[in-house]
Amino acid sequence: MITAERKPLEELIEFVRPFKRILLVGCNECVTVCSAGGRKEVGLLASGLKMALLQSGNTIEIREHTLERQCDPEYIDELLPMIDGVDAVMSMACGCGVQEVARRYKNMPVFPAVNTKFMGASERPGVWAERCQGCGNCLLGVTGGICPIARCSKRLMNGPCGGSVTGKCEISQDVDCAWQLIWDRLKELGLEDQYLKIIPAKDWRTAGGGGPRKIIREDLTA
Amino acid sequence: MENFEPVIVAFCCHYCAYTAADMAGSQRLTYPANIKIIRVPCSGKVDAIHIIKAFEKGADGVYVAGCLDGDCHFKNGNNRASRRVEYVQKYLDEIGIGGERLEMVKMSAGMGYLFAKIASEMTEKIRKLGPSPVRPLTVQASQPTAS
Ligand code: SF4
Ligand code: SF4
Repeated sequence: MITAERKPLEELIEFVRPFKRILLVGCNECVTVCSAGGRKEVGLLASGLKMALLQSGNTIEIREHTLERQCDPEYIDELLPMIDGVDAVMSMACGCGVQEVARRYKNMPVFPAVNTKFMGASERPGVWAERCQGCGNCLLGVTGGICPIARCSKRLMNGPCGGSVTGKCEISQDVDCAWQLIWDRLKELGLEDQYLKIIPAKDWRTAGGGGPRKIIREDLTA
Repeated sequence: MENFEPVIVAFCCHYCAYTAADMAGSQRLTYPANIKIIRVPCSGKVDAIHIIKAFEKGADGVYVAGCLDGDCHFKNGNNRASRRVEYVQKYLDEIGIGGERLEMVKMSAGMGYLFAKIASEMTEKIRKLGPSPVRPLTVQASQPTAS
């Protein structure tokens, strides 16, 4: 999932202070799962903003709505009846959702309520960790299912650096060395040979080095 | 503010604090009428949104009352509640209401005296802190304005 965290309330208050009426939009997908921008967080933020602003004598009307998904135009159209009469929109979706709302409602100031963090997985309740950086040419098939790009601090492709000590990465005792994990897993699978194969220098164009990326599926295009 | 009577919402677990409140009553222990009790099936059921809405609707103080450590009917709802309370305290600081207006307390069903004591202490504490900074305004804001 795409993970996110709410921005500090102080920053959000400054975004909305000039306005009398805003629409606060959540998303029912990733940001709901990581408890950053679902229906419940929309309610919490709306109350928080109203109460914080009241203390400086400002009253604000906040309309709340959570879309099934905020990165597809079909869902964003749903906001049309609610957007009428508001001065601005604040989105609790990831950066993709915020941009889609801005693209659809051209005359409307749109603000992000969360900081979008990374593509990750839930390690245990309340903990999310980075797992993939969308390099566009997945290596997991040769690295024992552990990503050396998202999980090695130096994005090394062929074994650990000299900083790998007792399974931990040199940047912190709290970070597992990705290459130790890869080696352990390959050994467990009896695939040590795999480790000896050299991974050639990576072509980073597929990872965004070639400019903004796009997928076009001719069979699906309208 | 000498006549200030705080409104305090107490989310009480059905298996401990709610029964303790009952016990306090049958033991003829007095506690301040400022406490508005909301019975919940477990303190772990109390969500951040319930606490924040209580403040939005005019509470000056809120507390969540759960079972003693290790005694939760649902294993660890009370500890979840404690962590959630800490989280909401930080949010209340961000809002400007102040995290000290929210507390987590723990007791058993038999502790009627403790229920009464906590109710009095919380009332005293909130009385000293004064009305919630959003209370007078929430009352004002909910009144229709002419124009
Ligand atoms: S190798 Fe690339 S696509 Fe595969 S998990 Fe890592 S970053 Fe993601
Ligand atoms: S210690 Fe391991 S994870 Fe850290 S930079 Fe070196 S190889 Fe990568």
